[in-house]
Amino acid sequence: MSDNIEKELSTNQDTFYYDNTIVRNFLIATTVFGVIGMTVGLLVAFQFVWPEANFGLQYTTFGRVRPLHTNAVIFAFVGNGIFAGVYYSLQRLCKARMFSDMLSRIHFWGWQTIILAAAISLPLGLTTGKEYAELEWPIDIAIALVWVIFGVNMFGTILKRRERHLYVAIWFFIATFVTVAMLHIVNSFELPISFMKSYSWYAGVQDALVQWWYGHNAVAFFLTTPYLGLMYYFIPKVSGRPIYSYRLSIVHFWALIFIYIWAGPHHLLYNALPDWAQSLGVVFSVMLIAPSWGGMLNGLLTLRGAWDKVRESATLKFMVVAVTCYGMSTFEGPMMSLKSVNAIAHFTDWIVAHVHVGALGWNGFLTFAMLYYLIPKMYGTKLHSQKLANAHFWIGTLGIIFYALPMYWAGFTQSLMWKQFNPDGTLVYGNFLETVTQIIPMYALRAFSGVLYLAGVFIMVYNLIKTAKAGSFIKEVKAEAAPLLKDYTPAPSEHWHRKMFEWKPMKMLVLSLILVAIGGAIEIIPTFLIESNVPTIASVKPYTPLELNGRDIYVREGCYTCHSQMIRPFRSEVARYDPEDLEYSKAGEFVYDHPFQWGSKRTGPDLHRVGGKYPDSWHFYHMLEPENMSPGSIMPPYPWLFDQNWDKDIIPAKIRAMQTLGVPYAEGYDNQALADADAQAKGISDGLAVEGLKVNPDKEIVALIAYLQRLGTDIKKTNGEAND
Amino acid sequence: MLKFIKHHMETISGIEIFPLISLVIFFVFFVGLTIYLVKADKKLFNKIANIPLDSKESDHEED
Repeated sequence: MSDNIEKELSTNQDTFYYDNTIVRNFLIATTVFGVIGMTVGLLVAFQFVWPEANFGLQYTTFGRVRPLHTNAVIFAFVGNGIFAGVYYSLQRLCKARMFSDMLSRIHFWGWQTIILAAAISLPLGLTTGKEYAELEWPIDIAIALVWVIFGVNMFGTILKRRERHLYVAIWFFIATFVTVAMLHIVNSFELPISFMKSYSWYAGVQDALVQWWYGHNAVAFFLTTPYLGLMYYFIPKVSGRPIYSYRLSIVHFWALIFIYIWAGPHHLLYNALPDWAQSLGVVFSVMLIAPSWGGMLNGLLTLRGAWDKVRESATLKFMVVAVTCYGMSTFEGPMMSLKSVNAIAHFTDWIVAHVHVGALGWNGFLTFAMLYYLIPKMYGTKLHSQKLANAHFWIGTLGIIFYALPMYWAGFTQSLMWKQFNPDGTLVYGNFLETVTQIIPMYALRAFSGVLYLAGVFIMVYNLIKTAKAGSFIKEVKAEAAPLLKDYTPAPSEHWHRKMFEWKPMKMLVLSLILVAIGGAIEIIPTFLIESNVPTIASVKPYTPLELNGRDIYVREGCYTCHSQMIRPFRSEVARYDPEDLEYSKAGEFVYDHPFQWGSKRTGPDLHRVGGKYPDSWHFYHMLEPENMSPGSIMPPYPWLFDQNWDKDIIPAKIRAMQTLGVPYAEGYDNQALADADAQAKGISDGLAVEGLKVNPDKEIVALIAYLQRLGTDIKKTNGEAND
Repeated sequence: MLKFIKHHMETISGIEIFPLISLVIFFVFFVGLTIYLVKADKKLFNKIANIPLDSKESDHEED
């Protein structure tokens, strides 16, 4: 091998320039959207304590703003952070400028346009109703295109590199690109019915399985693997020493991408999902501890003998806490996927605590570390104030602690209260609201933690602006390296695997894709063969046109962000949500649900059996002013449903779309659907009139009541049939 | 009572093979990975691990 090295050294050195502009642009974007996304997060946190913090507007009500928060933080803050880190490290690891400045620019502005489109469409209620994939179909297409541009630019750079070996960080970037592309495309199959409105291609159980396969792996391959790549680059860079064990990093990489993809079903334990898939999810989730902790230790042990540097450098402090938070959440995750633990954790604020340890600690702190490291470098100066950076570190860490502890407390409290029985077999807290009002102080503390964390971010922004002003931006950095030899012949001692994959990035891409596709396919294929697989229940019928419209309003308002539609097979749940028939949710009940609306968090009660539980007038009053019907409720009022008309023009198109997706409406029913909807609406309106409530049958509230009253009634009507 | 959750998969013929395939894939893959890592050249790994550190940039990349 030494011959080769000599050969390469003897070749003339190329002179080339690293592009700093694109990196700086992404760094600015991640900072700006970090501030915005976290501010929106703070707003939704306050709405738990003061529901009126929605300003009485539909556009700023929780169900619409919560997706805005999650999308802003994941895709805008972390997304831009990924790109900044990749564009910086990839150039240097490949000893090459980015493949194309034009593609870099298109990537940058394309991504910011997508974010803008999301920021407009989500408050308008234009949503697919699938968590973390809420953006509608035109934006989905744009995401796919921009992602491909990113990929072309990345692979172009890798192909023209001047460093033969692909450092492990690049592997993580490649896996990120491939897997996110696959996840996004598979999960976004939807049938457009108009501009900005579509129905998920999948229904019920399939939709849930695909969605959480996506959701889980979005955490894995958008929030984790790219940041691991950044960890493997920036920790050695900042601490000035190589990674603790390169061997371990190889195990970390392959084990992580191999195992992660299988673990998705742990989001659906005890839900109406095949037992087999649930067990698969649990086993792989537990196995995930090994590579995750291997990676965490690898990051932390890199600092062995350099802990004195940690005391001095705020950047390293942020990194240490980030990696520690990665370790904590990747230990917690597998624990939560054990069925017995999941029975307690699922639908509670524990989940919220868990994801925020990851988001605030791992993603947030690693991004801050990157900013503190790169901005002074790119402006050719020193950080304006180490003191302020340290202040940011401590206030941010306090913010994480003040977030996590109250939410853990809230989660355990909820779960214990939901499950507590009296000696006579009745629920101690039969009224769900008691379990909400109990934890409002915890919600207040959580909002306080948000103030702390965000205050830290503002300190950082000030510090970085001062830093930038003190220096001048270095657009390009000159570098020199020898080009790769075209006639390079690997020494016989070099391993076949290296020859096959590591020097051949395209092969590496294909192999990564195959690896993740195997996991995806084995997990998903069985449920695609599902006709024989989800027991159909004869009494489950498609929604009436009015109910379907009401369902779309339910989706638009993001009701799923607080209400589940999934009664798990626990005594405490059937006793609470279906005290008459004691029916938990069956897979067969969701066969016409495009998209599924099982939800993942119960701030309010489950709604799967709410149909027929209350009279129409109760829903009428409740949607108008929840506090009148449930004193102490933190649900916001929905007065606009009483002003806006449900959309009549689009009903035939909706019916046709549903037929395309396999919902058995009679041939030609689209022509009759509107008349049926009008008739049903009039019936509801007349019924309300009897109770002295005047409402125009065209108002959205009527359609929503129709949907709510339908929920879960198919089984109730025919109680025996479901059991045979 | 749990039969609605438990028995979905039994209707697909040959479904029992799925977990078995998974196990075999994993076993082979990780044994292979272990063998590779045990046999791998440590000097080369050290060289690769130093890639982030040996930049030849002309500005103050290193501090």
